[in-house]
Amino acid sequence: MIIRVGKFKITSGEFTTIAALTILAAFMSLPLIFVVSHALKPIDELFLFPPRFIVRNPTLRNFQDLLIATYSLNVPFIRYIFNSVFVAFCTVLGGVLLASLAAYPLAKHNFPGRHAMFIVVIAALMFTPQVTAIPRYLVVYQLGIIDTYFALVLPNLAIPYALFLMKQFMEQIPAALIESAKIDGATEWTVFWRVVMPLVTPAWATLVIIIFVGTWNDIWAPLVFTRTESMRTLPIALQTLISQGSVARQGAYAAATFIMITPPVVLFTLVQRRVIATMAHSGIKA
Amino acid sequence: MAEAKSSGPGAEVTTQPRAVAEPKTGLQRLLAQYGVSYAFLLPYMIFFFAFLIIPVGVAIWLSFTYFNMLEPPRVIGWSNYRLLFLEDDIFVLSIRNTLFFAFITGPVSLTASFLLAWFINQIRVRTIYALAFYAPSLTSAIAMAVVWRIVFSGDRYGYMNYFLMRMGFIQEPFLWLIDQRTMLPVVMFVMLWMSMGNNFLVFLAGLQTVNTELYEAGKVDGIAHPLQEMWYITLPSMKPQMLFGVINAVVLMFSAGFEISLSLAGLPSPLYAAHMILSHLYDYAFIRFEMGYAAAIAVILFIITFGIGQGALRLLSTKDE
Repeated sequence: MIIRVGKFKITSGEFTTIAALTILAAFMSLPLIFVVSHALKPIDELFLFPPRFIVRNPTLRNFQDLLIATYSLNVPFIRYIFNSVFVAFCTVLGGVLLASLAAYPLAKHNFPGRHAMFIVVIAALMFTPQVTAIPRYLVVYQLGIIDTYFALVLPNLAIPYALFLMKQFMEQIPAALIESAKIDGATEWTVFWRVVMPLVTPAWATLVIIIFVGTWNDIWAPLVFTRTESMRTLPIALQTLISQGSVARQGAYAAATFIMITPPVVLFTLVQRRVIATMAHSGIKA
Repeated sequence: MAEAKSSGPGAEVTTQPRAVAEPKTGLQRLLAQYGVSYAFLLPYMIFFFAFLIIPVGVAIWLSFTYFNMLEPPRVIGWSNYRLLFLEDDIFVLSIRNTLFFAFITGPVSLTASFLLAWFINQIRVRTIYALAFYAPSLTSAIAMAVVWRIVFSGDRYGYMNYFLMRMGFIQEPFLWLIDQRTMLPVVMFVMLWMSMGNNFLVFLAGLQTVNTELYEAGKVDGIAHPLQEMWYITLPSMKPQMLFGVINAVVLMFSAGFEISLSLAGLPSPLYAAHMILSHLYDYAFIRFEMGYAAAIAVILFIITFGIGQGALRLLSTKDE
C-alpha cells in the first residue's frame, strides 16, 4: 500500500515505522519538555497539586530569583556558572589539543611502539575513571593543587575516548596529501595544522561536544578535588539545592536545572551532522 | 603557524631530522628518525600516565595497605580483600546491586539503541529523531532528578502513582524511591532513558558504512525479509561498532548508576537498596578516608569492567576475517 501526502509517497511499512518512532521520540522527550516548562512556572504553579505538566503563565521570575536573590549569599549562583563554564572551556581546549596531537602520529606515522601504544589506549577505554580516583587524589594532593581550577582540569585532559575517535578519523586522510605537503617543504608541525586539522573538523567538533558534556555534567571531580564552596561547579550546587529541599528555593532550583540541561543540547544540535560523520569510523577492529 | 610558508632547501635540513649526520647509539638513532612522532605524543602521554596508568598501578599497591592519609601506608597483605568479601555485607550487597543493574540495563540499552538506529536508518527524515533519542544522554543525572522526583513521587500526585491508580493497577500510592523493592528498578529505568544516546549514534553511523553490495548479494542468495537481512548481513558487518558500543556501555553502566542512585536515593540509600560499588568506594575513600580499603574496592571494580571488556574484545574480534 502506498500513502500519498502532498507530493511525498511513502509505503505503509514506512508509515508505521515513522508513527512508532514519533510516539517513542515524543515519549522520550517528555522529561526534557518538563524541565523547560517547569523552569518557567510562577510559584503558584510550581506547588500545584496535581503537578501541571505544561506551564500556563510562563515567567522568567525563577531565573531572576536564582541569579539576583542569591547574589547576596556567601557564594552567588553566578559563581558556580562561571566555574562550570571556565573548567569546561579549559578542559575542552586542552583535551581536544592533546588528543589531536597524539592521534596524528598514531594514525599517520610508522614508529617503534606505535602498536603497543594503541593497545594501551584501547585498554584504557575500558577503565571506569573512578577506579583511579584515590591515586589521582593523591597526585593532585601532592601537587598542592587541591581546591584550585588546576585540580578540576589537569586530571581530565588525557581522554582515551577522544584520542581513539580522533585517530580513527585521521586514518581516512590520504597519505598522498600529507606526502605532497612535505615535498613542498612543510614541516610535520605545518602539515598537522594546515593539512590534517582542517580535514578532521567533524572529529574535533565531536570531541568538543563529548568533552564539554562530560566535564559540564561531571560530579566526581568537583566532589573529590574541591573543598570550599566557591570552587564548586553547577552539578554540586544543584545537588546541594536538592538536599536542602527548602520550599523557598523551588523556583531557583527549577531555573538552575534548566541552565544545567540546555547548553549541551544546544551545542549538540549545532554539530549533530559532524558527530554522526565521526562516529562512522568508531568501530574497533581488533 | 607563521612559519607555514617556509620552504626551500634550508628548511629541509632543520625539519627533516633523518637528513642529519648519522647518530651513534640506538636511542639517538631512534630519536633522530622518529623524534617528531614521539614529540607529538608526548603531551598526551604525560597526562595519560600521570593521571591514568600510574594511578591504576598505585591503586593496586594501595589495596594491600592500610592507609588513612595521616600516616604513611602500611602493607597488610590480603586483609582488605578478606574483609571486603567475608565481613562487609554491604559491599557484597553493592556488588549484587551493581551486577544486577549492569547485566540487565547494559544489554537492554545496547539492543534498544541498535534497533532504534536500524529503524531510523529505514526512513528518510533522521535529524529530528536522532536529536530526540540522543538528547537524554546529554543531560546531567543530578539535574534530571527534578523530573524523576515528581514522576516517582510517593504521594498520590506523583505521575506514576496517579497513572497507575487511575488505571486501577494499584489502590494506594506507592513509595517508589523509598521502598527497597523499587528503588533499584527506578534507577535502572532512568539509566535506560539516559544511556541510549552515544551507542545509538555509533550504530546509526555504522549502518551507513555497511557495504550495500552485500545486500544485493543477499537478495540473490534468497534473503528476503528485512529481519533476515539484519541478522545475516547488517549485524556481522557491524562487529567493530558493536565492540565499541559494548565497551562504552560497560563503562557507562558501572559508573553512571552511582550518580542516578545518589541523586534519587541518596547516600546511603534506605537499607542500601540502591547501593552501588561506586557508592561504597566513595563512602570509604572520601567520607571515611580509609584509602587502602577503598583502593581494594576500586581494584575489584577494575577487574570486573576490564574482564567484561576483554570478553567483548574476544567475542567481537574481526582479526580472522
